[in-house]
Amino acid sequence: MQLSRRKTLALGLGGAAVALGAAPAVATAAEATIERFTNGTPREPGGLALGVPEIAENGNAVPVEIVAPGAVAVLLVAPANPVPEVLTVRFPDPDGPNRLSTRIRMADTQTLVAVAEMADGRFVEATARVHVTVGGCGA
Amino acid sequence: MSSLRTRLRVPSGAAPGETVTIRTIATHPMQSGLMPGPDGVTPPRNLVERFHCSFNGRTLIEIDLGPGVSVDPYLEFDAVVHESGEFVFTWVETDGSRHIETAAITVG
Repeated sequence: MQLSRRKTLALGLGGAAVALGAAPAVATAAEATIERFTNGTPREPGGLALGVPEIAENGNAVPVEIVAPGAVAVLLVAPANPVPEVLTVRFPDPDGPNRLSTRIRMADTQTLVAVAEMADGRFVEATARVHVTVGGCGA
Repeated sequence: MSSLRTRLRVPSGAAPGETVTIRTIATHPMQSGLMPGPDGVTPPRNLVERFHCSFNGRTLIEIDLGPGVSVDPYLEFDAVVHESGEFVFTWVETDGSRHIETAAITVG
């Protein structure tokens, strides 16, 4: 991959932002996405599985698997992506297999967050850290 | 006019109550509308925004996709089949165009 001037600048600015302590802004966009999904309901850990590789060499296509028995909807968030909301999947039958396997873009090394709305109205959360060697851009 | 091409992998037969795996891929650039192309011009947002799969009229899965989904969106999921029937797959793009495919399965 060739770094364009724009990308190089963006990387530099991103680094500067982190250095200046602006990192919470990234978390806030992701958090806002999650809050919209949960309507502010507190999340519990566990109850769904988020399968990812520990190291992804190509951020343009990172395999991700969500397994959420008992869930009616799952939101997948990549907090460090320009658009943190990756996808929302709905399973009308909570007793179904409720599995989705796909490939996503990841701009950088980050911790993915999956939030599931369960049939009983609870919200559960799973996180998974993925080290990205070469970031997938424009996500 | 949709530029979408899709491929499906659905088993042609299964035992009653069996869980079958369904694999779909759509050939699509998934333009986020954020990234400039090699010519410096940013192409407009053009995504597969939505995917839907039903079996004999019953929705199995529904997905809202964002720009964070990779080029040529690959979607793999499971379904439990109790009777023979037809899967209907729908992809909806940003401009609203729809691409529909079907696949039959014989159960028994």
